[in-house]
Amino acid sequence: MKKLDRSQMAARVARDIPEGSYVNLGIGLPTLVADHLPKGREIILHSENGVLGIGPKPAPGEEDEDLINAGKEPVTLLAGGAYFHHADSFAMIRGMHLDFAVLGAFQVSVAGDLANWHTGGADAIPAVGGAMDLATGAKKVLVMMEHLTKKGESKIVERCSYPLTGARCVNRIYTDLAVIDVKPDGLHVVEMVDGLSFEELQRLSGVPLRRLATAA
Amino acid sequence: MAARMIDKFFASAEAALADIPDGATIMIGGFGNAGMPAMLIDALIAQAARGLTIVNNNAGNADSGLAALIAAKRVRKILCSFPRQADSWHFDKAYRAGEIELELVPQGTLAERIRAAGAGIGAFFTPTAFGTLLAKGKETRRIGERDYVLEHPIHADYALIKADRADRWGNLVYRKTARNFAPIMAMAAKCTVVQVRETVELGALDPEAVVTPGIFVQRIIKIAPSLRKAA
Repeated sequence: MKKLDRSQMAARVARDIPEGSYVNLGIGLPTLVADHLPKGREIILHSENGVLGIGPKPAPGEEDEDLINAGKEPVTLLAGGAYFHHADSFAMIRGMHLDFAVLGAFQVSVAGDLANWHTGGADAIPAVGGAMDLATGAKKVLVMMEHLTKKGESKIVERCSYPLTGARCVNRIYTDLAVIDVKPDGLHVVEMVDGLSFEELQRLSGVPLRRLATAA
Repeated sequence: MAARMIDKFFASAEAALADIPDGATIMIGGFGNAGMPAMLIDALIAQAARGLTIVNNNAGNADSGLAALIAAKRVRKILCSFPRQADSWHFDKAYRAGEIELELVPQGTLAERIRAAGAGIGAFFTPTAFGTLLAKGKETRRIGERDYVLEHPIHADYALIKADRADRWGNLVYRKTARNFAPIMAMAAKCTVVQVRETVELGALDPEAVVTPGIFVQRIIKIAPSLRKAA
């Protein structure tokens, strides 16, 4: 079996984002998706801090401290891009105007519950940012994460043990092993990496999976 | 005798913040360094008011600005969405020592609660955070097919914000993503104090492009050219 690396995972997500989509890429792994969007496909990237139409990273020396993304990294603006204040930015999210939010996760449950903001540890200082707004407000929530924790436990679970970001909000999960749709009747495997059998994926996941007829 | 003209320009940040009392609620604009009113925060630190409630997206970075205000033990409570950062050590220390109260608010709910205060809304229902720890103890309601959480506005005594240009009536334009929370904070506070890069004559700002109309602004301070880079 050949696991996908982070860049391959990002490329796999990018393939599914159609022309004309308005998309928010979460901080961390999802940010890599921007580098893999096909050239010539017009996709408009949104960032919570108040910008639509984010372009590539600025060249060294060309950074502008007034032009950043939600990860506080310097970005550029495409021709046709726009700036707006925070309440408008979150109205775009909460008013269900964004086609996709791509988010990282600690855990996703069989029902599509998402946990990605807080470990719940007694000493942990909680921080949520826009995670709950994106989980609840985007038309489609795509999760990107490693299939297993470092200890080898499945991050797809019967019920999240970490505090929830949103309930029943995830539509599709992209891992380094598979692409899985979350449907009312359970998890449907859409795709698996080369050399991985459905039985092995089922064993690693520890929750009931269904095999789509079209899955390789 | 000539009628006295409206003039919201103040000579110094010290003069503009002189009347902030102990226990005031203060909104501070900015997201990261973009839009952070550094000169006004420095003046607030010098001003010495204590027991403050601060509203900001974060809880300070490194050793300057809001972090320095927290380090000086002047903040009683903070409302924000994302306090924990790699360089939020002053907040982390105060929080773990039980010296500062944290009200953690999802970022969109924070923005909307600020906007609601400015727009005279008594409370609103939002789906964000339903079924999570951050909705614990809050009233909920099912409306149509969705579940909602009742959220209340955040009013402030003062808002400290940064804009790019202002005229003496207080009309403001911003620069790029430095706009972030400033327009809604200006609406939500009784007294909005703005630091600007440039002041212009009435009529110089395109009325079609004014982002914050002057009705939401009370005091304006131009950043001294020598301080511009630092501020």
